[in-house]
Amino acid sequence: MSEAIVQLRGVSKTYTRGKQSVEVLKNLDLEVAKGDFLALMGPSGSGKTTLLNLIGGLDQPTTGSVIVAGENIEQLKSSRLAAWRGRHVGFVFQFYNLMPMLTAQKNVELPLLLTKLSASQRAERARIALTVVGLADRASHKPNELSGGQAQRVAIARALVADPTILVCDEPTGDLDRKTADEILGLLQTLNRQHGKTIIMVTHDPKAAEFASHQVHMDKGALADAPVH
Amino acid sequence: MKQILAITLMNLRAIPQRLGSSLVIVIGIAGVVGVLVAMLSMAQGFGATLKATGKDDRLMVLAGGVTSELSSTLMPDILPLLRELPGLARDAEGRPLVSAELVVITELRRGEGAQRADVNVSLRGVEPLGLQLRPEAKLIEGRWFTPGLREVVVGKGAANQFQGVQLGAVLKFRGSEWTVVGTFSADGDAHESELWTDANTARSAFGRGGSASSMLAQMQSAQSLPGIQAAIKADPRLQVDASTEVAYYSSQSQQFTQQIGMLTSVVAAIMAVGALFGALNSMYSAVSTRQVEIATLRAIGFSGLPVVLSVLTEALLLALTGGVLGAAVAYVLFNNMTVSTLGANFTQIAFNFAVTPELMQKGLIWATLIGLLGGLPPAIRAARMRVVEALRGG
Repeated sequence: MSEAIVQLRGVSKTYTRGKQSVEVLKNLDLEVAKGDFLALMGPSGSGKTTLLNLIGGLDQPTTGSVIVAGENIEQLKSSRLAAWRGRHVGFVFQFYNLMPMLTAQKNVELPLLLTKLSASQRAERARIALTVVGLADRASHKPNELSGGQAQRVAIARALVADPTILVCDEPTGDLDRKTADEILGLLQTLNRQHGKTIIMVTHDPKAAEFASHQVHMDKGALADAPVH
Repeated sequence: MKQILAITLMNLRAIPQRLGSSLVIVIGIAGVVGVLVAMLSMAQGFGATLKATGKDDRLMVLAGGVTSELSSTLMPDILPLLRELPGLARDAEGRPLVSAELVVITELRRGEGAQRADVNVSLRGVEPLGLQLRPEAKLIEGRWFTPGLREVVVGKGAANQFQGVQLGAVLKFRGSEWTVVGTFSADGDAHESELWTDANTARSAFGRGGSASSMLAQMQSAQSLPGIQAAIKADPRLQVDASTEVAYYSSQSQQFTQQIGMLTSVVAAIMAVGALFGALNSMYSAVSTRQVEIATLRAIGFSGLPVVLSVLTEALLLALTGGVLGAAVAYVLFNNMTVSTLGANFTQIAFNFAVTPELMQKGLIWATLIGLLGGLPPAIRAARMRVVEALRGG
């Protein structure tokens, strides 16, 4: 196995609300190799999104360690964690989460505002990212002028543009029809195979999971089986 | 900075989508600033009118211990002594430039229909030298009163505010009839709210014998005052207070200015609390509407600070828009509007609202504070939102 870009050791996550506490992840170990395309599968409530959030640095474990891109991220404070996410993680959400008032080009440029790039460099990088996802001709369109599939491509371009270490995708095709979903998944597969991007994708759709190089099934907060190759 | 600017611009571009709640802030604060500026401009205008009254080289003598002309009586036996005080200027014939004046309350009508009210107006009996003493008093219509005849000239402010004082009108005071023979101006000072007549005619008509309410005198210079006050102190017969005319009228405005200032603060504070809650509510709803966007920005790597500052900037810009609007409305509606109110003499004083740049600045400071206080808690909430929960939209 090549170098692990994600390492989770003994990770548990418990949510407490009032007197009730729910253990969502139970003593979980996981490694994801650099250049992998991993599909996290499982029924609703199995903890797959929570796991994805831990890997993406959006949440922190109750116990255990989460090492991503060589950083022990469960020890980072909120502001440093935000900066870390900016450098290492590209997010793709189910409902795209584009800024409605910005054009596709400006949406893609957003993560670059956190870098030292000049305005013209940002514009150029965003243009390239839109070209990679096949939407160079839609750069001046706003999200409400794009189809669901096009909006998700813009979101993928936004996730890619700062060249993050990993792409984290939460049900990226959950809001799309089969044909469009396959196109998006094909795009992710291309990014993985041709550009070497490490991708971790949560999905409950077995057909979507087939585009990944590995699948991990979760049930009741634990891994149900060893990775399926 | 780049981050703050980008997020703020994004927020501002989204305002049209939240026009209703944004207008709550703008209009709420416009109301506060409008009322604040209008009320302060009233105090400012009133104070300016009274402060514009008088000269610092003219002496005002009142009975000892009283604060206004209406409650002051200078007995006939001391008037000759006062006329011979040292330091007073004299005319070409060697007479001291002095006017012992009687001020009495008369009634005039203001308004029509349901607005109609009888209001108190000062009638000032002026000695012949009194006109010479006040070069600012200029006849603008008709002629001056004739000593010995029941004639009055009406100040410009009174002529504008009250009914039945046009040239040739006959006024009834204490059962006798007085004819309006002229209108005068006095550089916009408090005298323009008065009626003037001959001092001796007024004394006999109102049964005041030889007494006066006050004595106005031209000093040789403003520096003569300490000498005059010393001379008064040295003469046990003179139980009177002497000050410059400017000092007297300034003190008259003080109480009113203080009262209006307090009233303004209370009313503005109550409105400000209302506007503050409006601003809080609107900004909380703005943050809540955009929580997925804010959480997405946080997920992408933006830190909390630009989020806080962008929400604050938006609140401030909306508040300032309201502030400018309120100040502009107050200016258009009230600046130079003439009204009259009871002065310290229980008589009407006509004055103009004065919406000055300082007052508008004060209004904008209030607007900024409301914007800041209304924007800060929602801004902090936006920055503290748990990204994972906010991304789910709940």
